[in-house]
Amino acid sequence: MAIAKVCGIETEYGIHVLGGDPNPILASSVLINAYAQNVARQQTGWDFEDETPGVDARGGAPAGAQPPMVETHLVNTVLSNGARYYVDHAHPEYSSPECLDALECVRYDRAGDLIVIRSMEEADRTSWDGSRLVAYKNNSDSKGNSYGCHENYLMDREVPFFRVVQGVTPHFVTRQIFTGAGKVGSETGRYEPGSVLFQLSQRAEFFEEEVGLETTIKRPIVNTRDEPHADPSRYRRLHVIVGDANLCQVATFLKVGTTALVLAMIEDGVTLSRNLSLDDPVRAMHEVACDLSFTHPLRMADGSRASALDLQNVLYEAAVNYAESRGLEALGPEVVGREILRRWGEVLHGLETDPMSLGRQLDWVAKLSILEGYRDRHGCDWGDPRLAAVDLQYHDLRPDKSLFRKLDTEVLVSDEDAMVAVTDPPRGTRAWFRGRCLQRWPQSVAAANWDSMVFDLGSDPLRRVPMMDPLKGTADHVEALIESCEDPRELLRRLEA
Amino acid sequence: MAEQEQKKKGASERAAENPAEEESAATRASSDKLKAELDDLLDEIDEVLEDNAEEFVRNYVQKGGE
Repeated sequence: MAIAKVCGIETEYGIHVLGGDPNPILASSVLINAYAQNVARQQTGWDFEDETPGVDARGGAPAGAQPPMVETHLVNTVLSNGARYYVDHAHPEYSSPECLDALECVRYDRAGDLIVIRSMEEADRTSWDGSRLVAYKNNSDSKGNSYGCHENYLMDREVPFFRVVQGVTPHFVTRQIFTGAGKVGSETGRYEPGSVLFQLSQRAEFFEEEVGLETTIKRPIVNTRDEPHADPSRYRRLHVIVGDANLCQVATFLKVGTTALVLAMIEDGVTLSRNLSLDDPVRAMHEVACDLSFTHPLRMADGSRASALDLQNVLYEAAVNYAESRGLEALGPEVVGREILRRWGEVLHGLETDPMSLGRQLDWVAKLSILEGYRDRHGCDWGDPRLAAVDLQYHDLRPDKSLFRKLDTEVLVSDEDAMVAVTDPPRGTRAWFRGRCLQRWPQSVAAANWDSMVFDLGSDPLRRVPMMDPLKGTADHVEALIESCEDPRELLRRLEA
Repeated sequence: MAEQEQKKKGASERAAENPAEEESAATRASSDKLKAELDDLLDEIDEVLEDNAEEFVRNYVQKGGE
C-alpha cells in the first residue's frame, strides 16, 4: 500500500538590486532579515544537525560526485507556518512546510510568494541607500545560470531506488508539457544561436545526466540525495530537481499532484500498458522542451517511438485504473485525489486539441500568449530584447510589475486563504507541531529543523524533541496537548511522560 | 513498471465521447475573454516593462544556487 505522499516545494527566487550593491548574498540576507525582524518578529534559527546532502540513495556516490556544501553562516530562519526561509548560496529560498496533499502544497507555495513580496516591501521601506530589491520566481537568468525549484515527496524505504528511477523518469521527461514555465530562446550553448525560439521549460536544457547526486553541475533527471529528514529505516524523501517554478496555481497543483500519483503507483507496483523506458532520457528531455506540438517521436528503449503526449496518456490511463482499483488515499483527502485526476485528463485533452486555450492554467501558455501578442503588435522577431524583458517580467513578484499578475489565471487558493498559510502551519503533518510551538513560545525554541525542535527553557541544558515521523505531530495528534500546556516546560514534561 | 498488452483510449478520445456542445460553447466564451484580457495587457505593457529592456535584461545575472 502506497504511503501518504507528504510533499513540499523549495523555491530559490532570483534576486536583483536596483540602484545599490549588487551582491546577491547581501541582498538575499537583507530581504530575509527585513521579514524576520520586522514582520515575523522571530529569530529561531535553523538546526544543521540533520544536514547530509552527500548521502547517495544508490548506496554510494560514484567517485568524483560533488554534493552541494552546507552553508551554516548565512541567514536562516524558521517561520511559524513551519517553513524555512533562508539564504541558499546566492538566493533567497523558501522551503514550504510538509504538506499532506497537492492543494495544500499550492497554498503554502503561494504563501511563500506572499512572504517574499512582503519582504521586498519591508526591505524597500527600511533601505538606507534608496536601493530596491526585486525577487523573481523563475529558474534562469537567460545567460546560462539556473537556480532551482525543488519538490520533495515522502516514499516508502522498502521500494528499491532503481524502481523509483525507472518508474518516474518518463514522467519527469514529459510532464514539462504542462509544468513548464516557458522560456524565450536557449542559453546553454546546446543549440545553434537562433535555432530555438521558445522552450516549454526553463530548466530542461540544464539537465545532463539520468541519475546523480549533484544539483548545480551535471544536473541529473533523478537526484539521488538520500537525506530523508525522517526515520531512515522507514522513509525516503525523493528530492526532485527537474521542475520549473510555477506561478499558475493549476500548473503547481498538477506538477505536485501528478508526480505524487505516479510515485504512489510505483510504490504499489502498478503495471503500465506500455513500457515507457526511453532510449536516452536526457536527450528526450531536451527534445520535449523544444517541441510545442508534443508530437515529436521520442525514441524508446525498445526501439519504438512515442510522443510526450503518448507517454503522458499512458501514465494518465494507468492512474485512472489505479484510482478505480486501489483508490487515491495516498494523495490526501479523496476530493484532492479526484481533482488531480480530473485536471490531468483535462489538461492532456487540452494540449491535444487546443493548447493555447490553457492560458489560465499553464505558465508556458500564458507567457507564450503574451509574447505572441507582443510580436503581432510590434512586428518584432524572436531576438528582440523586449521579448526577453517580457519573459523576465512575467516572473517579477512586484505586484505592479508582474505580467503574470495582470492575467486572470485560475485560482485554486485565494490570497485570503494563502495569508492564513503565511502564519499558520498545515494541520496534517508534523509541521503543525513545529509551527504551533513557534507561535506559542517563540522565545523558547532555540532552533528547529525538519525532524527536530530544540527548546531552551532557560535553566536546563537545551532539550531536543525528535520528530522522525512526518505524519506525527499533526493537529489531530497534539493540538489538545499543546493547547492545554501553560508553558513549554509543561509540554516537554508531558511529552516525555 | 512492466509491460502489459492493453488497449486504452487517450484522454482526447474519451472526452470526445461525452456530450460536449455546451462545454465547447463555454470554452469559446472563455477563450474570447482570455483574448480580450490579453489585449488589455498588451495595451499597457510598455508602461509596465522596465525602461531600456535590453540593458535591464543584460544586468539580470544570477550566479550560484541550489
